[in-house]
Amino acid sequence: MASLGAYGSSDGDGHAVRQRIKIAGFIALGLALIIFFRLYTLQVKEYSRYQTLSLGNHIRLQALAPVRGLILDRHGTVLAQNTAVYTLQVIPEKISNMGAMLEEVGQVVALSDNEIKAFKRRVSRRPGFEKQLLKSRLTDEQAAKFAVNEYRFPGVTLEATLHRDYPRGELTAHFLGYVGRISERDQTRLDPAAYQGVTHTGKLGIERQYEQALLGKPGFEEVEIDAHGRTLRTINRERAIPGDNLSLTIDIELQQVAREALGSRRGAVVAMDPSTGEVLVMASSPSFDPNLFVDGIDQNTYSALRDLKDKPLLNRALYGRYAPGSTIKPLFGEAAVEVGINPNERVFCPGWYMLPDSTRQYRCWKKTGHGAVDLHAAIEQSCDVYFYELGKRLGITQMADVLTQFGLGRQSGVDLPDEPSGLVPTAEWKRSSRKEPWYPGEDLITAIGQGYLMTTPLQLARVAALLANRGQAIQPRLLLQREDALSGEARDQASMTEITNTALRVDPEGMERVIKAMTAVMSSPRGTARLSGQRSAYSIAGKTGTAQVVAIAQGEEYDESALREEFRDHALFIAFAPVDDPKIAIAVVVENGGSGAGVAAPIARQVMDRYFIKALKRA
Amino acid sequence: MFLGRSLNLDGSLLIALLALSGLGLVVIFSASGESWDVMARQGIRLAIAWAVLLAAAQIAPGTLRRFSPHLFAIGVAMLVAVLMFGTVAKGAQRWLDLGVIRFQPSELMKLAVPMMIAWLLTRNRLPPSFTVILLALSLTLIPSGLVVVQPDLGTGIMLAVSGLFVVFLAGIRWRHIFMMLAVVAAVAPYLWSQLNEYQRQRILTLFDPWADPMGTGYQTIQAQIAIGSAGVWGKGWLQGSQSHLEFIPERSTDFIFAVFAEEFGLIGVIMLLVLYLFIVGRCLVMAYHTRETYSRLMIGGLALTFFFYLFVNLGMVSGILPIVGVPLPLISYGGTSMLTLMAAFGLVMGLHARRRLMT
Repeated sequence: MASLGAYGSSDGDGHAVRQRIKIAGFIALGLALIIFFRLYTLQVKEYSRYQTLSLGNHIRLQALAPVRGLILDRHGTVLAQNTAVYTLQVIPEKISNMGAMLEEVGQVVALSDNEIKAFKRRVSRRPGFEKQLLKSRLTDEQAAKFAVNEYRFPGVTLEATLHRDYPRGELTAHFLGYVGRISERDQTRLDPAAYQGVTHTGKLGIERQYEQALLGKPGFEEVEIDAHGRTLRTINRERAIPGDNLSLTIDIELQQVAREALGSRRGAVVAMDPSTGEVLVMASSPSFDPNLFVDGIDQNTYSALRDLKDKPLLNRALYGRYAPGSTIKPLFGEAAVEVGINPNERVFCPGWYMLPDSTRQYRCWKKTGHGAVDLHAAIEQSCDVYFYELGKRLGITQMADVLTQFGLGRQSGVDLPDEPSGLVPTAEWKRSSRKEPWYPGEDLITAIGQGYLMTTPLQLARVAALLANRGQAIQPRLLLQREDALSGEARDQASMTEITNTALRVDPEGMERVIKAMTAVMSSPRGTARLSGQRSAYSIAGKTGTAQVVAIAQGEEYDESALREEFRDHALFIAFAPVDDPKIAIAVVVENGGSGAGVAAPIARQVMDRYFIKALKRA
Repeated sequence: MFLGRSLNLDGSLLIALLALSGLGLVVIFSASGESWDVMARQGIRLAIAWAVLLAAAQIAPGTLRRFSPHLFAIGVAMLVAVLMFGTVAKGAQRWLDLGVIRFQPSELMKLAVPMMIAWLLTRNRLPPSFTVILLALSLTLIPSGLVVVQPDLGTGIMLAVSGLFVVFLAGIRWRHIFMMLAVVAAVAPYLWSQLNEYQRQRILTLFDPWADPMGTGYQTIQAQIAIGSAGVWGKGWLQGSQSHLEFIPERSTDFIFAVFAEEFGLIGVIMLLVLYLFIVGRCLVMAYHTRETYSRLMIGGLALTFFFYLFVNLGMVSGILPIVGVPLPLISYGGTSMLTLMAAFGLVMGLHARRRLMT
């Protein structure tokens, strides 16, 4: 041991330790190489993956929602606008205890059960990082109160957002439709890129029809954020392009007159400029407040509206299907002249009509009969027996032909979504859909606008317009002009709707005779709507109609007062004025109104009066 | 290098350490979000650390060896004191408040353990007998265990490893090494059951950090994104988005390598590795050339421990080792570990410079 020296040093030891130092050196080098290969893998092989992750970490795209276009009436009255409202928004991911948060926020700003329920529903359906609406339309006072307390609620923010608002509410609800929150179903049909940051979309009416034009184009903001989600700077920004403003053909003042004239009755009024097809009035009664739907209507209110017997949600002007009754008699009159039936030929009306091989009586509305009537008198007094005879002679094929010419049984092409086509029956139609032959008696009831024939108020208004035009076709439309919201420049109309105005195949002489008779309806002592035509400063051509809702059995009498209200006849009326230079064509339907002359015609007169008074004032 | 020789210093090691300290300041400035304040504090620490290095280099090898057991005993006593009267910081009892300064005895042990083991082993014939090995292991495990229960698992492991390195360099027989490995493998399941939940989670996270990207995997993932997104050339000094936008937690301390790698890329990483390997290699060469076994074991042991620090830190930051709180030697912000390391390098230089003087 002594030879080892004080510090344990010996050559033998030295050799072993030196060996170990070498070995350790190599092991260290090996480990360093492992580290190197790891870093090489990260920085070279997987570089692009981590590069993407890094950018995704600190660069965030924020969508800037475009401002939706305004909707105005033809004289510039605002029908749909965007107003700033305060909303409470929540990022669910940032809330640790949702229940406690709702409780505490509720102490600052009252939250209704419905609001909480709707909020929870939205939260459960969407990813947690997405902002969700908690409360909309805070009052200024509520907003101020929350703003003071906002620091207490991380993840809950007070935001001023633009909110769609319909200042005329009920008056415009049906044709304008409304926007609503984008639903799951909407998401399947909407292009996500076009709706970046957009929360609402047009659900019905004009708002739906012109969604593309109103929407605008979302912008974006590329911002740099730090690990805590704070926005540090804006790297790039593209402004959102606001949606186009739309001017409609509707005259809201006239619409108001029509609504007031309809009062509490169920019905519809459609009026248009016959020379252009511009729809001036599209009123449906009863109505509802579209503003209820913008932020999601609660289930109870919605069910109540939907289940009301009067069906306020239904746009009767567009979707209501009614037998036109006598209002379409002028069309058959024109067709009769066209096929060569002598309009001066008289048919004797004893108050009923019978087919040669049948004992079934077809009644005229006038039990005592009209006596011998020609075409003029038959239209003027709306004699059913004359048209039974005409129906027998024309047959369903020729009748269907003229009805189709005048736009019945097919879409008018109006710029509103899901227009129904109504129904013009034919023998083939009956065979294929009902598996039954066409009976001769059905010619007769079709000739007085009953039976299978189904029309919409819009179609009837178009019939009035086509008569006013003496057969010049027009396509009804509600869009007057579309303009760029920033420059105010009008956009090219042709690109919006293809308008195909062609002439119908009509007999000019027949047309003039029919129009003369319609004028007599309003003004002759025997005219069915003489009471609505009297003391008029302008000439009117009109035709009343009364459509049966329930069949009256043979031998029974129609006693209006004895019938329950919902089984009473629908009252109809079509008209245009002035006769020689028509400016307005109109159709009125009042459900269970009883008589076209007594109920529908006065409504039309009120609307036309206001139209011409306004025209005079402007001139 | 006459001045260097007279001060018992080593020229090339000195230059490499200076380069590393300088680089450390550069990285700290970026990692701290360009804080001159932090830079200044780290600068002051560095100055003190360099003074410690110079002082440590003057300690005569004989003195160092003679007082090894005393220093070790004092260290163990202080570790016990820490457990009894220590200051709690960050959930662990590591500090001893001496009134004027707060002191972390586990740092002292980083030097005292290899000294003690080298002292023990060189008292006997090498390679050490089985009894001596057991004694050495026991002496290593006492301070190591005391640190683990603070709890500071990382430092505890480091202490154990520094002792084991000395045993390894002393020429322990391979069959003894394999026996030790076998014992470790046998008790591993027991150790696993003794780990805290968070410690186990850290180890499990290693296999799949994306299982919980916002929780336990966050640090690992963000560090890897920082390193990987740098590419070959890096994002440039002060340009690292991961570090400057605070995506990397602990970015000026344990995870500072992620900041460096993000800003300087693979090129910078290679240069840094080369610098570190040079330091380790130079120390091993110095150990090789030293004549006397105690010095050889000390220099070699400290060099390997230094390398082990580096390996564990880079391994955890790059995601191949679990996250244990080990700073990047000489670069991470913080004073104590830097003082210890510089003291160690001072000892290394002093032992090497006077390798011929001992008889």
